[in-house]
Amino acid sequence: MGMPDAKMTARRLSVHYGDKRALHEVDLDVAANEVTALIGPSGCGKSTFLRCLNRMNDTIDGARVSGEVILDGEPLYGPSGIDPVLLRARVGMVFQRPNPFPKSIYDNVAFGPRLHGLVSEADALDALVRTSLERAGLWSEVKDRLHERGTGLSGGQQQRLCIARAIAVEPELILMDEPCSALDPIATARIEELIDELRQTYTIVIVTHSMQQAARVSQTTAFFHLGRIVEVGATEQVFTAPASELTQGYITGRFG
Amino acid sequence: MPHIVKSFDAELAKLDEGLARMGGLAESQLAAAIEALDARDSEQAAAVMRADAKVDDGEHFINEQTVKVLALRAPVADDLRTVVTSLKVAGEIERIADLAANAAKRSLVLNQLPPVAPMRSLIRLGRLALALVREVMDAYLGRDAERALSLRERDQELDDVYSALFREILTYMMEDPRTITSCSHLMFIAKNLERIGDHATNIAELGFYRVTGRMVTEGRTKKDVSAYIGADLPE
Repeated sequence: MGMPDAKMTARRLSVHYGDKRALHEVDLDVAANEVTALIGPSGCGKSTFLRCLNRMNDTIDGARVSGEVILDGEPLYGPSGIDPVLLRARVGMVFQRPNPFPKSIYDNVAFGPRLHGLVSEADALDALVRTSLERAGLWSEVKDRLHERGTGLSGGQQQRLCIARAIAVEPELILMDEPCSALDPIATARIEELIDELRQTYTIVIVTHSMQQAARVSQTTAFFHLGRIVEVGATEQVFTAPASELTQGYITGRFG
Repeated sequence: MPHIVKSFDAELAKLDEGLARMGGLAESQLAAAIEALDARDSEQAAAVMRADAKVDDGEHFINEQTVKVLALRAPVADDLRTVVTSLKVAGEIERIADLAANAAKRSLVLNQLPPVAPMRSLIRLGRLALALVREVMDAYLGRDAERALSLRERDQELDDVYSALFREILTYMMEDPRTITSCSHLMFIAKNLERIGDHATNIAELGFYRVTGRMVTEGRTKKDVSAYIGADLPE
């Protein structure tokens, strides 16, 4: 089973935090070069699920993951699982609050490539920093102050810097956990436009509390409730005629 | 299940209330137009023509309310379908009332001429159309998808009666050319009533979509053969 062009596949994925089960045997296919939106009320398991996709739950005490996640045929978990450090070069993450390192704009973007030894020449690193900032739609705004601190940028610029930092290591997948919740509508629109451009090259999974954002940016939407996936389908279908009453109740604002 | 934001429910309820009012008005307009034809009552016909503006007002209300809900609430799923179908149903009802008013207008001419026999079949066609309009509005407002779907087929009855009436009027005119003026008006009124059946069918389909999210795709058995009458074309 699984779609022929699935970039990442989760099967019977469960997560326990201590005695509490946060995710119940979730199956999901993430299609390549698409944006998949995960929606659902707080505590439904969508962020827990997202964090499983680059093994971020590993660092949480008492967190236990069972089931499997496959990235291009390679299992993430288990004895033959991908090394988390290498995995995170392939699966980037952008968080709710922009979190640039307290370093220069340049060093923020160069951090990953240096860590993974992606480039040795200084010129090549310069070029990679530039391309990454260009792809993140930030280059023209920061090209004259690359050596200023990244933390001095506006919130929207910081978030695009974090996206530039994530794509500098040429990941295959980018995970975004409510990337616009701290941004104003214009900065949000810029990020959404960026997401649309980035999916030509990358596969994106985004957690959002904004129904309208899920509708605007994604091609596939998965609705989580109480640790399970209730419905997954083409975004247009989910927002015009959802199959489940529960999905309908949530997206129309009748519960949640 | 109600919305968490109660005022949203109130805004949506206004759409159904507006359509119920419009539907009720259109039904009474059509009923009055048929009565005016049957009783050769020019005063009643004039009243129908005057009252058409009320239905237009109803459509304006729905148009404004629809735009407001779309802009302020960004509805999705069944809410979105309710808003979009309301806009379209209001358009269909407006057309139905317009066709009824046109029938009333033509009755003013008919009343100045001697009565013609096909009027009886015309009245029958009008009553069928009126019954269909009533039922589709009930199905739409009652969110009854099954009933809406079954009513689509009812339009066939109207088409059959219309085709038969068309032949009857032709025969009548050929037999007595002095009836041509009356019969021509009768023909137009018949076409109006047949069109009302089509608008009612559209409302039924919108009602089905509103509830299920599925468009009715399979074609109806459409047999209005009047377009071929008088020519040597295969029916």
